[in-house]
Amino acid sequence: MKQITDFTIIRRQQLGESYFSLTLRHPGLLPPIAAGQFVEVEVCNSREVLLRRPISIHDVDSQNQTLSLLIQTVGKGTRRLADLREGDTLNLVYPLGRGFAVAGANPLLVGGGAGIAPLLYLAKCYREKGIRPTILLGGRTEALIPVREEFEAIGATGCATEDGSLGEKGLVTQHSLFNLGYDHICTCGPTPMMKAVGRHALAKGIPCEVSLENMMACGIGACLCCVTDTDQGHKCVCKEGPVFDVARLTKWLSI
Amino acid sequence: MANLSTRIHNLTLKNPVLTASGTFGYGEEFADFIDLAQLGGIIVKGTTGEKRQGNPYPRMAETPAGMLNAVGLQNIGVEAFCSEVYPRIKELDTNIMVNVSGSSIEEYCRVAEAIDSLERIPAIELNISCPNVKKGGMGFGTNPDMAAQVVNAVRRVYHKTLIVKLTPNVTSVVDIAKAVEQAGADSVSLINTLLGMAIDVERQRPCLSTITGGLSGPCVKPVAVRMVWQVAHAVQIPVIGLGGITTAADALEFLMAGAKAVEVGTANFIDPAVTVKIIDGLQDYCLRHHIDDINDIIGII
Repeated sequence: MKQITDFTIIRRQQLGESYFSLTLRHPGLLPPIAAGQFVEVEVCNSREVLLRRPISIHDVDSQNQTLSLLIQTVGKGTRRLADLREGDTLNLVYPLGRGFAVAGANPLLVGGGAGIAPLLYLAKCYREKGIRPTILLGGRTEALIPVREEFEAIGATGCATEDGSLGEKGLVTQHSLFNLGYDHICTCGPTPMMKAVGRHALAKGIPCEVSLENMMACGIGACLCCVTDTDQGHKCVCKEGPVFDVARLTKWLSI
Repeated sequence: MANLSTRIHNLTLKNPVLTASGTFGYGEEFADFIDLAQLGGIIVKGTTGEKRQGNPYPRMAETPAGMLNAVGLQNIGVEAFCSEVYPRIKELDTNIMVNVSGSSIEEYCRVAEAIDSLERIPAIELNISCPNVKKGGMGFGTNPDMAAQVVNAVRRVYHKTLIVKLTPNVTSVVDIAKAVEQAGADSVSLINTLLGMAIDVERQRPCLSTITGGLSGPCVKPVAVRMVWQVAHAVQIPVIGLGGITTAADALEFLMAGAKAVEVGTANFIDPAVTVKIIDGLQDYCLRHHIDDINDIIGII
């Protein structure tokens, strides 16, 4: 069930220049949360920002009843969120959207930039099922791959940077771990990366889920602003996604 | 407890707070957050004769204290509304109204007629003011004769409460309001969105796929209050006010300007429970000001 809840920021961590993470707790119990679901964060005290900002859920710690968000400072909304401090309150509408299926016995998770965020909780959900996913993280340069140690503890983890500052030089699709007979692929990141991964999966007949990041207003399927063109017509990314089976997105893949 | 109940034509609202079409889905989207039965009414999304895909993405741009949208009436069509959605929502203990849209007089009439047969829908809001469709929509709402023609035609096939939603994108909203009153409207609601535009200067491109779109949110409220006040003084039929309402104080502005009810729109995106907070806020206001009946302050300006 979706809810509107005030959380307290119990930990704020700066991760390089452009990323930070917020660990949040509220007095009650967290509802069931699927990997790939997101929250709509209220941005307070801003003359410029009216709407909430959709942020994917980075991690859920059911033992401590906390959830964390990994945020890249990219625009006026996230810049305001970057000013928040430990002890501050953050109002969330959550958990929203349809997450990953956590399917396959030998899955590959491919993340790029801020799209790495939902993959940590996804990797943990696989581990819960006794499956060790392979993880590929990509970015232009090392500083744009914000977290990787936690992934390394879960499964084989490779990094690809365009400048070679971390891991193999090149794109994730050129990485030596990319094409090793996986039976399921999950990806989140920049659109060109997700399309390249999606086309590869489709060509190889591997089931593939992509997590889209369209601009949203409501986050709950009411305003119809965030649609993507699927094989069944326009669908709300906030409600029918953000995670889609790439087989439904042939139009999106071909643009 | 003060009486918050008001009347629109022969429709009794348990309180004057309705939800604006296109901002509240079919109500179901908000059922996790509020008790829908607390609302004065729900105006469900714009419904047309056939299913529509709407405009291409991007359809939304945030602007100072507001947002532009260019959804373009994406909806499942009246047939699917009647057969799939209506059975799911008809038992809700509130007034469910359908926003009726179209590209031709014939289409408006066809949709209105289909909705007329639904027992649990006591009213329609005729949308002659959508700025985001190429044909019809605002075209009908910007000319008094055209507006009167649509309303006349729909009046002949629709027998329950007929609300007509007006566009602010005109020189004289009063002239349009008088024309639709004359043509048989039972009520008018205003304002629909203001035609606007935003440009992404970094990409040197319009923010919306359609270049222009409809502006809503707190930034439009003073324009909306002014228009509601003008229309309320010019027509005999009840006026429903909307445009940028976020708080009970905002709603009270519209009521004092002459609106018998209000619609809450964009604010639902920011706080899905805002409607119930506004209703509670109206009670608090009445208590603070020793008002027994909300109708006592309607139109006092």
